[in-house]
Amino acid sequence: MISSAPTDPEAPLSPRVRPIIWLALTALLITAFSLELAIGSLMIPIKSVIAILAGSPDAPESWRQIVLLFRLPRALTAMLAGCALGIAGLNMQTLFRNPLADPFVLGISSGASLGVALVVLAANGLNWGGWLTRARMAGNLSIILAATVGALAVLGIVLVVARRVENTITLLIVGLMFGYITSSMVSILMQFSGEHQMQSYVTWTFGSFAGVTWKQLTVFAPAVIVGTSGVWLMAKPLNAFLLGDAYARSMGVPVRRMRNLIIIGAALLAGAVTAFCGPIGFLGIAVPHLCRALLKTTDHHVLVPAVVLLGASLALFADLIAQVPGSHISLPLNAVTALIGAPVVVAVILRRRHVMEAG
Amino acid sequence: MEKAAILDIQGLSIGYPRPGHSARVVAADISVSLHAGEFVCLLGPNGAGKSTLIRSISRIQPQLAGTVRLNGRNIVDYPARELAQCLSLVLTQRVAVGVMPAVTLVSMGRHPFTGWSGRLSRRDHEAVHNALVAVGILDLAMRPVCELSDGERQKVMIARALAQDPQVMILDEATAFLDLPHRVELMHLLRKLALSGDRAILLSTHDLDLALRNADRLWLLSPDGTMRQGAPEDLILTDAFAEAFAHGGVQFDKASGSFMSGAANMGRIALVGEGVAAIWTCRALERAGYQVVGPDGAPVCVQVYHGKGEISWKIKNGGAVWCHSIEELLGRLRPVHGLTCKGRNMNPSSPDLQPDL
Repeated sequence: MISSAPTDPEAPLSPRVRPIIWLALTALLITAFSLELAIGSLMIPIKSVIAILAGSPDAPESWRQIVLLFRLPRALTAMLAGCALGIAGLNMQTLFRNPLADPFVLGISSGASLGVALVVLAANGLNWGGWLTRARMAGNLSIILAATVGALAVLGIVLVVARRVENTITLLIVGLMFGYITSSMVSILMQFSGEHQMQSYVTWTFGSFAGVTWKQLTVFAPAVIVGTSGVWLMAKPLNAFLLGDAYARSMGVPVRRMRNLIIIGAALLAGAVTAFCGPIGFLGIAVPHLCRALLKTTDHHVLVPAVVLLGASLALFADLIAQVPGSHISLPLNAVTALIGAPVVVAVILRRRHVMEAG
Repeated sequence: MEKAAILDIQGLSIGYPRPGHSARVVAADISVSLHAGEFVCLLGPNGAGKSTLIRSISRIQPQLAGTVRLNGRNIVDYPARELAQCLSLVLTQRVAVGVMPAVTLVSMGRHPFTGWSGRLSRRDHEAVHNALVAVGILDLAMRPVCELSDGERQKVMIARALAQDPQVMILDEATAFLDLPHRVELMHLLRKLALSGDRAILLSTHDLDLALRNADRLWLLSPDGTMRQGAPEDLILTDAFAEAFAHGGVQFDKASGSFMSGAANMGRIALVGEGVAAIWTCRALERAGYQVVGPDGAPVCVQVYHGKGEISWKIKNGGAVWCHSIEELLGRLRPVHGLTCKGRNMNPSSPDLQPDL
């Protein structure tokens, strides 16, 4: 028998608890955001951070520079990326009704990786470096463009396949196969590239929220905001997809069109993050599960805002830990997200009988 | 039926298109109809194409040829939302929605009526409430779906389809995972819903017996892809039923309305007795492969006695042997089977038993 003790993970949530959870999630985000601005290789008191943000000229100029030019765009990038990955993961888990789905199951990030690998690794052999420098596209920007082109190419292929495929699960397998193809192409490229190029490619795969400039944020932020709002508008059809394609169709959902929109939304979000921050894993699969467990619901009207708040907070915390506060070393972001987050997800999931069903 | 059909199917071919080949046709030239207020069961052996037909009618799967008209309009011409307002489905597959309360799942049936946000109006809330009441699960409304039994869960799915307020409700093997009492209950419920709501309900099922007893009409899909419709009794009397289910050694017995395994023919036995005990004795003997005939119809006779609250059986064949359970009775008759095994054949007029008692 199922006990109705308050600790029972299967028991429905009392209506009074939900506002408290929303407050807690908001407080968590504000805390993480403040800490991200205050903590780093140089500690800046929260009071001064607030003063700087308020435009007060009292703070030392060097602090102003650090907060406004480095930490603030980095914090915003982390928030946007966390939210984007969480939402994209939610999309994929619902569309495929698979708890293992993440933003990258359709091979979007593999496409981006291939694009980056082509630019970074093949730069050597084809002398692209010189060409790119002449075109004023060296470094960061060329990587972003390469990742975007790679992600879009895979998205295009997936959409073409989706037109021919009736069964959504088939699409999942096709996406996985694309992933294998692109990663083996990357391996081949690595085999023939120099040590220096290999190093910069591997560094890119670690993922990082640093290095996104204010100017780049003017592209990245709208992409994430448009994608997330789009997904929120699709909350109703997403709920219908929980019952499967056939039921969704019987409830008047134009399944093919919605499926394409859901894929495009997820691809936009995951592709943007991969382009600007590298292939950041784990958050996309973990955040939706944590939100389902926390709010005990599968309703996307509730899950989307929850994923936005929690995804942004967790990305900020992961970045904080990766910077190893008080030291000058930094850890690969991807290692931190998984190292800290995986045990948390295991703990949450082990308490439930149905992973996807867990509300 | 005087009324015009709600769902009118003409010359429908169902199957699967194969790129580069001609389509694989499962069944062709199906012409049947559904009327308001009637509960129809779709019967057919495994592989005849019941699920394919249901998917084709509900536009989950494209049709190969022919037309399906809903209220006189081809369903191909319906916008998705409008079709969903007229036709709802209950499928075999389990839905994994976990702790979602039953009422939330039922209210998903209002999707075709709500706006983009899915917000329920007063009318939507009423429809959900009415559906819960009609199916009799108002007390389950707040329970999480994952805690419900299979029977309760199936009722929730029916309530969801009902909340969609359809003129036609189609259920694909909705009784498959339920035990007999729940299946009977569900059949009665569907019949009631069809009559009271003036809607047409189509259920595909393997429960021949229940379908024969409860359905207003049957759609009978044969393995060769032909479809017949009619009152259950008409289909039995015209042997359409027996033909559709003819399979190996299993035969449909018109008299009892059930299937008999013709594989074993152990010879004739006369049965004397009355009441419930005699009925079940007859069934046991038939199951064991004996052809049960009236008194004096065979040299071996089983007589059922009721005495002082207990039942006993006497096997008469020259001498007499008493048995105190049906199991014992069949056991005592078994040596007989051994003796006549050599002469066993498929001919109904096999030699009469010569038991060595």
